[in-house]
Amino acid sequence: MAVIGDFALLLALALSVYSFAAGLLALLSAEDSGWARVGETARRAGIVVFGAVLLAAIALVASAFRDDFSIAYIFHHSNRDLPGPYKFAVLWSGQEGSLLFWALLLSGYGFVLRLRYKTDPRLFAYASVILAAVQVFFLSLVYFAANPFGLIEGPLRADGSGLNPLLQYPEMVIHPPMLYLGYVGFTIPFAFALGALIMKYPGEKWIHITRRWTMVTWGFLTCGIFLGSHWAYSVLGWGGYWGWDPVENASLMPWLVGTAFLHSVMMQEKRGMLKVWNMWLVFATFWLAILGTFLTRSGIISSVHAFAQSSIGTWFAWFLAVSFAVFVFFFVKNKSGLRSEHKLEALVSRESSFLFNNLLFLLLTLDVLWGTWFPKISELVQGNKVTVGAPFYNRVAIPVALLLLLLTAVGPLLAWRKTSFESVKRNFLWPTIGALVVALFVMFTPAGWGSIFGLKPWHDISYFYSLMTIFLSALVTFTVASEFYRGGRVISEKTGQGMFASMVQLTHRNTRRYGGYIVHFGVVLAMIGFSGAALNQEKEMEMGYGDHMQISNYDLVCRSYTQDDNPNQASEWALIDVYQGGQKIGTMTPQRLFYKASQQASTKPDIRQTFKEDLYLVYEGQNDKGQPVIKAHVNPMVIWIWIGAWVIVLGTGLALVEPAPVPVTVRVPRMVERAAPVAGD
Amino acid sequence: MMVRSNSIRRTLHCALVSLAVCIFAGAGDPSSRFTEIGHQLMCICGCGQILLECNHVGCPSSDSMRNELMAAVTRGDSDSLVQQAFVQKYGPTVLAAPTTAGFDRAAWIMPIVALLLGFGIVILIVRAWRNRPEPMLADGVHASPGAELEKFREQARQETDL
Repeated sequence: MAVIGDFALLLALALSVYSFAAGLLALLSAEDSGWARVGETARRAGIVVFGAVLLAAIALVASAFRDDFSIAYIFHHSNRDLPGPYKFAVLWSGQEGSLLFWALLLSGYGFVLRLRYKTDPRLFAYASVILAAVQVFFLSLVYFAANPFGLIEGPLRADGSGLNPLLQYPEMVIHPPMLYLGYVGFTIPFAFALGALIMKYPGEKWIHITRRWTMVTWGFLTCGIFLGSHWAYSVLGWGGYWGWDPVENASLMPWLVGTAFLHSVMMQEKRGMLKVWNMWLVFATFWLAILGTFLTRSGIISSVHAFAQSSIGTWFAWFLAVSFAVFVFFFVKNKSGLRSEHKLEALVSRESSFLFNNLLFLLLTLDVLWGTWFPKISELVQGNKVTVGAPFYNRVAIPVALLLLLLTAVGPLLAWRKTSFESVKRNFLWPTIGALVVALFVMFTPAGWGSIFGLKPWHDISYFYSLMTIFLSALVTFTVASEFYRGGRVISEKTGQGMFASMVQLTHRNTRRYGGYIVHFGVVLAMIGFSGAALNQEKEMEMGYGDHMQISNYDLVCRSYTQDDNPNQASEWALIDVYQGGQKIGTMTPQRLFYKASQQASTKPDIRQTFKEDLYLVYEGQNDKGQPVIKAHVNPMVIWIWIGAWVIVLGTGLALVEPAPVPVTVRVPRMVERAAPVAGD
Repeated sequence: MMVRSNSIRRTLHCALVSLAVCIFAGAGDPSSRFTEIGHQLMCICGCGQILLECNHVGCPSSDSMRNELMAAVTRGDSDSLVQQAFVQKYGPTVLAAPTTAGFDRAAWIMPIVALLLGFGIVILIVRAWRNRPEPMLADGVHASPGAELEKFREQARQETDL
């Protein structure tokens, strides 16, 4: 298998080099010369690359299933008793395998791109060559610097070291692929943007193509980020879902810039503005995705999630430098083709709201980038490292995020070109009153109704942020609802349909706009979930038989504690009965697992989730008497984060659907109906 | 007029004092101080987690660090004293966020500078764009900004946006 995999990788690399070189020569030559046929072979070679990389990936997975511990990668990341799905996940669970997986996804995207070349053969040929160049880099990296088919040195071992315990969780089978589909996918918009820049592409067609690809990729990255948060929450057992770790930040940065692009691209499509800006945003999204990979794989920034330190950081640093230089060169050379077609007419307009939206997304990205790099900068300047953790990011990022939420409410209701004061008043009066009522209700309702109620913003700054989040979330919800209602009413009046059917038809007519609103609503739900963090409670206790722990309005009683064993892992767990208001509402079993092959332990929290709050129990270990040490968290509103994620995915999917054509009504003059009878009738 | 401005000033003072009382009420509660300071410190075992959130099995550091923190809070040490003691014992990386002294200040200043600069730049861009002459049409004729044209634009916007 190692030989097959190694050969497949070499073949893929050779084909990528050919696809790049032949494609480039064909583009540089006259269109009607014989080089056109060479260009076609370059496209086909690019398609075959996918087959070769897929073969290499299959060889690696098959080696894991066959327990081929002669391959060093399999020895370090698998073992005989590892369950089947996790053997499949071995492909992306280590440095070398994950780079092969990256190359596989890149060639998969390239496969689709090269098959769809008829949309615009010239632009696609440019994109294909740029993509081939990126493929050459990744395949060279996999083949020469991080080859997953390297053989183990010394005697052959009977069993492998096993997979990292934290990765033995069902979501780990889908979280990395989603995240990588996002990271890798940003190469495609970049390839189109650079191609359009090089060829001084006339018109906005390239931006339509790029926007769709970006939306698909953005959807994958969003799924990946939320799945990662859910994994952290469900597996790591610290009671949270986002720790502002450099690896988490690495995924957030391209997401933020990609989101900015998805908004600003509308300015280019509708008004022919921000052409230079959009070009840079597409490049920055791609570049930040690679930068994130560089951060996590070079060991330059310490992180709990990072891969082991290795020499491949130098490869990435060079790639980042070269890609930046190439982009800047073509930008300087061809920027004359990126002139704006219109001027901005008013400050209060959709255009300026997009400008501020982009500014805030960029500021958030800069804050995250600055926080991620600051320990390194501090080390260089003052000789000692500092930690930049959650308190820094929360203080810096939350106000900007709240401003963004405000723009989410305001932006969609502003008209293109300019908005009159009357229109602002008409559109915002009722949503603002509604949001104020919600905020006051949350503030003055007794806390006994639920953890989110009775929020007094003057008690703590985090309460103020939570209340502002709730107010702005309500504002966004009401503005989105009013948009659906007003549009639905117009259709209902025209067609005589019911309101709901009209709103469905409205959405179907402009899937992008109303899909976008649904995404905004999903963001609102997630933000409500985040706002609950200000009210988190936690308590730790050693619990013998029958011991009670009180937290929030829960009474936890330790009924029993015991041990279990299977070939892959041994476990200790406690049986905790949960009471609320004197009534037993369930039993929870937080566990501690010990993985035999890797000789590593991990916790497995038990979570009781409701729409109001999560009761989150962690088995922290045992005390001297062998009794479990239980840590309990009560985390309000967390479920809304995951519901919000689903709504965002739904909205993104809807925005990708082709809109239904708007029916054209032809009015027939009345005199036809009243035509004079023909003589003889 | 003078009486009115004095009464406004008095009301503002009262409001500020009430706010300060509300904010600082309960600040001395040891349990809340333990939670607050514990979330500003890092576990130093290398797990990269906030001290009170570190729960990894067999952590050699977090238990003793929590005990030290609890002892300091119970003694009534001030927040800055507790933090200084931890920095002296475990090094500057024990603090979960940069301080506001020396070069660490740059960490906090930079986002504010970026925010102000960003807003300034956007406002300048908006002004520059508004003052930019209307792009010429292909035949050299300027588009008429008349009311009739505006009416059609509005109609087109409504029809295409639905």
